[in-house]
Parts: sequence; C-alpha cells; structure tokens
Amino acid sequence: MELNAKIPPGPLKDKWSYYKDHAKLVNPANRKKLEVIVVGTGLAGSSAAASLAEMGYKVKSFCFQDSARRAHSVAAQGGVNAAKNYKNDGDSVYRMFYDTIKGGDFRSREANVYRLAECSLALIDQAVAQGVPFGREYGGYLNNRSFGGVQVSRTFYSRGQTGQQLLLGAYQALIRQVAAKTVHLHTRHEMLELVVVEGKARGIIVRNLDTGEIERHSAHAVILATGGFGKIYYLSTLAMGCNASAIWRAHKKGALMASPSWTQIHPTSLPQSGGYQSKLTLMSESLRNDGRIWVPLKKEDPRKPNDIPEQERDYYLERRYPAFGNLAPRDISSRAAKERIDAGFGIGAQKNAVYLDFSKAIREQGKEKIKEKYGNLFSMYQKITDIDAYAEPMMISPAAHFSMGGLWVDYELMTTVPGLFALGEANFADHGANRLGANSLLQACVDGYFVAPYTVSNYLAEEIKTGAIDANRPEFIAAENNAKELLNRLASIKGNKTADYYHKKLGKLLYDHCGLSRNREGLNYAIAEIKKLQEDFYANLAVPGSAQEMNGELEKAGRVADYLEVAQLMCYDALTREESCGAHFREEHQTPEGEALRNDEKFCFVSAWGWNGPDEEPLLVPEPLTFENVNLTVRSYK
Amino acid sequence: MKVFLKIWRQKDAKAEGKLVDYEMDDVIPHMSFLEMMDTLNEKLIVQGEHPVEFDHDCREGICGQCGVMINGRAHGPLKNTTTCQLHMRSFKDGDTIYIEPFRAEAFPVKRDLKVDRSAFDRIIGAGGFVSVNTGQAPEANSIPVTHEMAESAFDSAACIGCGACVATCKNSSAALFTSAKISHLVKLPQGKLEARKRALTMVAQMDRENFGHCSNTEACEVECPQHISVLNIARMNWEFAKAKVLK
Ligand SMILES: Cc1cc2nc3c(=O)[nH]c(=O)nc-3n(C[C@H](O)[C@H](O)[C@H](O)COP(=O)(O)OP(=O)(O)OC[C@H]3O[C@@H](n4cnc5c(N)ncnc54)[C@H](O)[C@@H]3O)c2cc1C
Ligand code: FES
Repeated sequence: MELNAKIPPGPLKDKWSYYKDHAKLVNPANRKKLEVIVVGTGLAGSSAAASLAEMGYKVKSFCFQDSARRAHSVAAQGGVNAAKNYKNDGDSVYRMFYDTIKGGDFRSREANVYRLAECSLALIDQAVAQGVPFGREYGGYLNNRSFGGVQVSRTFYSRGQTGQQLLLGAYQALIRQVAAKTVHLHTRHEMLELVVVEGKARGIIVRNLDTGEIERHSAHAVILATGGFGKIYYLSTLAMGCNASAIWRAHKKGALMASPSWTQIHPTSLPQSGGYQSKLTLMSESLRNDGRIWVPLKKEDPRKPNDIPEQERDYYLERRYPAFGNLAPRDISSRAAKERIDAGFGIGAQKNAVYLDFSKAIREQGKEKIKEKYGNLFSMYQKITDIDAYAEPMMISPAAHFSMGGLWVDYELMTTVPGLFALGEANFADHGANRLGANSLLQACVDGYFVAPYTVSNYLAEEIKTGAIDANRPEFIAAENNAKELLNRLASIKGNKTADYYHKKLGKLLYDHCGLSRNREGLNYAIAEIKKLQEDFYANLAVPGSAQEMNGELEKAGRVADYLEVAQLMCYDALTREESCGAHFREEHQTPEGEALRNDEKFCFVSAWGWNGPDEEPLLVPEPLTFENVNLTVRSYK
Repeated sequence: MKVFLKIWRQKDAKAEGKLVDYEMDDVIPHMSFLEMMDTLNEKLIVQGEHPVEFDHDCREGICGQCGVMINGRAHGPLKNTTTCQLHMRSFKDGDTIYIEPFRAEAFPVKRDLKVDRSAFDRIIGAGGFVSVNTGQAPEANSIPVTHEMAESAFDSAACIGCGACVATCKNSSAALFTSAKISHLVKLPQGKLEARKRALTMVAQMDRENFGHCSNTEACEVECPQHISVLNIARMNWEFAKAKVLK
C-alpha cells in the first residue's frame, strides 16, 4: 500500500489557493440531496457541521454529551494562535509555519502546516464576528500574548476560557442551523461502528445512551471530529468521556492510524494526590509567561517553598534553556520536570511535582494585574488544592494531554477510506511530534470552518447521482450486529472488576513505559502486560444491567475495550521508531546532555498503521516527509 | 472520614423515585465529591447493583454537565462552585448528605441524578447567536470594542449552561441563563443588530419550555458557578421592554 497525501502543486504559499481554485464544486440545488454525517460537536465538528449546513448540505450531527456545547474543546484555557502581527513584532504566516514545523520536530507536512498558519487570520475574524469576547486593549483593538515555544505574541485569548468562548461561537452557529432544520442534532448518541459500502464510508451505527437503542444512519460522506484520546492514560487533562472508540472502530474498517504514540504530556497540570483520583486538572500554559519553575537545590528539602532562599532554588528551565527559559516547549519542559523528579528533587507529599512561582511577577506587576490575567486559574487552583497561589507557589506536574497521533489523513483531511474525513484532534495532522500551545484550537477550527467545506464538497461533487443511501443494506445490518455483539458480550461477563480498574491499570502501564520516555525493554514488557490485562478484562469485567437501558458502566467498558487495543498499537509505534523526536523520547537515542536525538536519515516519515486483526502485529505503512522550504535543524531552545 | 448518603434513585423518567441510604466509611477529605461517588459506584458494581447514574464530563468546572442538589443546594455548600469542583473537605466526619437531581418541570429526570436540560439548547436556538455564516466575517480589528465592554460581555458569556440557576430558583426560572446570552450579545457591536428580535424570541422560547417567571429573589446568582450577575436579568427585561415598545 502506498500513501498519497495529495499535496497540490506549486510553491508552498500558493498551494491552498491552488487547491481552492481547482476543487470541484456542487451546485446549490444538488447540495440538499447530499447528506453528511458529522460525529463530534467540539470546535472541529460544530464548525464543520454549521458551515456545511450553511452551504446547503443535509447534515446529521452527533455527540455523547447531553449538549453540543459540552464537547471538551470547552476546557481549553490558554488561547488560540493567529499570525495577525497586531503587535508589530515580526510575525507572519511564514514565521508561524516555521515555528509550528520546528515545534513539531520536523515530523509534519509542510503544506498542511502552511495552510494552518494561513487560515489562522480568517479564524480570528470569524470568531469575532460570532461575538467571541476576546481580550482587548484599552484602545479597543484585540490583544494577544505569547505562549510556549515561540518568540512573538500571537495568542488570542478570552481570559482563561478561550476554548469555551470559541466553542460557544461554533455551538451557536450549529444550533442556529439546528433551529433552521438544516442540521439534525443527536446528543447523547455514541458512534459504535463505521459502515463501509463498496469501499466508501456510507454511514454509522450509534447507540442512544439514554435508552440503549441502536440506530443506523446513512450519508454520502462521514466526518469524524471526535477529539483526542489522551484519556487512555486514565489520569489526564481530558474529560471522562473522551475516547478513541470512534476512530478506532473506523480504523478496523480500513482507516490507517498515524503516529498513535505521540502524546503530548503537558508540563503544568496539578499533581496526582491519591489512587481515587479521576483526572488531572490543567493549569494553563499561559501561566508560564509570568510564573517561574523551580525545585529546591537540596534533595528532600523539608522547608516550605517561601522559606527556601533564592540561591537554594534550581530554576532548571532557565538554567538549561536560557533563550526560552520558562517558555520552553511542552515536551522539553515536561521531560525536564521528570528528570528533576526522577532524580529525587520532586516536591509535595508524593514528591511528584515542581513549583510554579509567581512571586517575582506579583512584585513587579502587582497582584491586581496578575489577578486580571489569571484570576480564574488561581481560584480554580484554590478550589482544588485549598492553597492560595498568590501567597505561595503552585505545585505542578506533567500530565497526558493531547494526541498528536490519530487517523491518517491526506491534504484533504480524508482518511484511507474514501468518503471518511477526520478533523480536529482526531486526525494526526499538523502538529508533528509535538504540538505548540494554542495551535490545536486553531487546527480544530481551521479544519471545520475553512478546510472541510472545500474538500468535502470536492468529494461530494462525484456523489450527485448516487441517490439516497439505503440504511437497510446488508453492510448496515452486519455493522449493527457487530456493535450489538460486543455490547452484549461486555454486559454478560458479569465478573468482579470494574472498567475503571482496567483503565487505571492500563493507564499506569502506558504512563510508565509509553509516556514521557520510552525504551525497547519497557515497550516489549508493556505489550505483553497489556495482552494479559486484555485477557483478564474479557474474563472478569463487571458491568451491571444490560445493553438495552441507560448504562454508564457499559459505555465505559466499551471505551476501555478499545483502549486495550489502541495501547498495543501505541507501543508498537513507539518501539519501531528508533529515534527521539518531539514527545517521543527513546532513551536509546539521546545526546550526552540528555537531549533528544532525531534520525532524519532513517525516520523522516510518518508511521501509518493498518489493522491486521486482534492477534496479528499491525501493518506499518510509512509516508515519507519531504521538506522543500525548511532545513531540518536540531531543535534547540538553549 | 465516614459519611451517610441519601441518594435519589429512579430507574427511568416514568418510574417513581426514592431516596436510598448508603454508607461510606473510607472517604478521604482530598477526594472530590464525584470521586466519592465513583468510589461508591465501584462498590455497587462489584455487588452487581446498578451504580448511581450522574452527569459529569470535564470535571474541572467548565463543561456544565455535572450538577446535583446536595443537602438542598445546587452544586452543594460552596458558593459559585460546580459539583465536580466540590471536595469532601467541605463536609465533616459523620455528616448525612442528601443527593438529589436538579428539579424543575423543564428538566425531567432521566435516571437517578441525570436530568434532561435540552430546553437550554432550544432557548439558544431561538436567537442566541449572531447570524453570520462562515466566510462573511470582516477583518477582526475593523470594529473596535472597548476593553471594558469586551470584559463585560465575557462576564455574561461565561455561563456554562449547567442549570443550577433553574434548580435553585423557587420558580424554576431560566431568567439568569437566558439573560446571560442576551446580554453577552447585546454588549458587542456584532450582536447589536439582532438585539430586539433576539430578546423577544428567546424570552418566548423560555416561556414555552415551562420555566417559571423571575421574581427577583437573586438566589440564582449565589449558586452560579460563573458568578453570572442578576444585572443580566435587569438588562434582559430592559431589552425585552424596549423591543416590545418599539415593535
Ligand atoms: C484542558 C485542556 C486545555 C487545552 N487548552 C488549549 C489551549 O489553550 N489552546 C489550544 O489551542 N488547545 C488547547 N487544548 C487542546 C484543544 O482544546 C483540543 O485539541 C481541541 O479543542 C479538540 O477539538 P475537537 O473538536 O477535535 O474535539 P473535542 O472538542 O474533544 O470534541 C469531540 C467531540 O466528539 C464527540 N465524540 C467523541 N467520541 C464520540 C463517539 N464515540 N460518538 C459520538 N460522539 C463522540 C464528543 O461528544 C465531542 O462532541 C486543550 C486541551 C485540554 C484537554
Ligand atoms: S463535570 Fe464539567 S462542569 Fe462539572
């Protein structure tokens, strides 16, 4: 199998224009005959569904929450990037492109990344027009701030709730179409299967989570915008319901998965405090603009942080990466924290955290200024920990956060199944081996508002004569039976261990062996252990009740069943990539100073993976990456 | 610490519900309230009982999916805090805790503590948006908005749609929710053009959904996790009256 990314011809800066100029169009009269399924109502899904409906297509939209507005995009705090250059600090589309390519450690496609930077301009315009209340300067113009990994100020924000405000803009656009009856919205519905007819994506099987009923839905194209699967680590910054199930079930129907092991471990989350814990709350990275990260110079220093004098503190990011200091990219910051924690300098009850200190900023700018910038984060911190971070430093620690990997897509965001598109965090897309802060809200929006309307239309132009898709075809019935079989199997084991028990075990295995740092031995060990855990799962899982009713435990069990398979693929992915790049740090491949050692000669490609069945090793299909516009350099932030 | 729970159990929308007693003797003060519920559920599952169904997702106070009445207060004893952000250190050893769903005619119970809040989506659908299609937007800086006005619009827009305002109101009014959206949009030049129509259609939808009327008790503001101010309600009334008169 050969992968064709379908990159348009011409110079980098003209590729997207070239594509738009040549994409096939669908006559408005024909659009209402064409149906599109959009799974997911986060930024990617809501924006795609609303935009396609505005164009005149018939759209069906799905999410598992009880309202489209609750998709996990809502939780993004920090901001969204755009190369507007409003600060006159030398920003440009090219510079944003370059920062993103470099931030991703040269493991993403030039053309995709350039398009992302290019479309960032229109996204801010779109959001403002929808009424997104971005932060403003006193003169009335838009303000922005800087974020990790870059030297310009290009991050737009709505206090500490940027994701919420962007999502409300997209949600309102979606709901406007729902009210106009151009979108049929199904909340509390979970996708269980993709239906493929004669090689093309033609529908999905979903479960109504309130009643347990199974439904078939057909369409001319299917878009998956189902978000990230960092929740596979159990403890993560994601929501409880985030999952890999939608993309994984599509993977089993022929869609390749790319770079599944590239998970961003965020440096500034709250540390774990006990085994009962269900999630790790993120403290926005924007805090690193004013907070300084340190640990005591002395191991197991028993003193309170404020009692440790300046000269006995190790500001290890400022020490190791003087050019970027506390704003070093996430992978580097997280690894540096892990290095200190593993070396015995961790702080807090479990010795698993580092300090994030605002005393200097408060001294220089005043408490009021800091409050205005981060007030909601400080109060969130206080709610969770009972500590006043204006008076003493926060305690932070790395946590699983973002999936750079996902379904493989070409330039059109189409997977290897014709008619199946993947948008937002669900695809592997634009972030390479490490995502820059504030680029993924952008990516989700750009995919949905600006890319899908062109590329999905280009695909649908060939479907005008197809006619309605019959959901009684044997392929639909087979897929439905498949879904029911798994549900009934999970509900009938009636063992004595909960889905959460397995999820926690799996999460720990992955965090230890396929997390911030990996090595061959650990990965092989993890694969063997996950297989054992999987056997145990199918023998001893406890799910009360049946599949024919509302059953939250059954939902969890289904997600864990998929995670157990995804986890194995993640380990294979990490095992076969004999280099360190971005978030993927292989201990065998590092410099004497402990920095990542990339191998461009052998690994300048994206690993896409095919499903070979439950007991077979997956099939590796590389997509070579060619760089025509940038030189592959060592990513130095020193 | 040990706590005694009295939890509302109801099999489905039609079934009759009742309070059921549970005891938890291994509660850790650092646990969040929902983690305490997880721990209870783990026990029930292993005993083969159906766990307590409750709504939640982000567990960081922003998605608005969680929300139960705890000892008669929406989201529990703390001010301006969601259920998921409440921790067991807010309770004492030996406490009895009543846990019930958000109650309102417009929020029918689905199962146990889960309620149907889709009425909120329909209120937004009645006009809680700016009618702009993808692609129509002008350059973002072409219309300046003062810092103060942007911040004030944000204060209204911060609503997470959890429904605590309705649950806590003795009239089950959705005035705080509806007014927050009306105010958010009317404060911005982008939303002003449709302000009159929006005030009329959103208020009409709110009435159609069987929410009660606001009688200015201001209880909603106290429970709102995002500190949405009752001044939004005053603004809604003003916008509504203006729209009626000028119609
Ligand atoms: C705590 C946190 C903070 C962040 N902060 C920032 C930031 O400051 N800046 C930034 O750029 N990025 C940030 N990110 C990343 C960014 O928020 C996400 O990458 C982005 O919002 C993903 O959007 P999405 O539309 O792809 O997915 P989501 O918003 O996660 O939406 C997924 C949708 O899919 C639906 N879904 C999932 N599975 C199924 C299924 N099986 N069946 C039916 N429906 C399903 C869900 O219901 C939901 O509607 C942050 C992420 C987190 C977790
Ligand atoms: S679970 Fe999201 S607000 Fe509580």
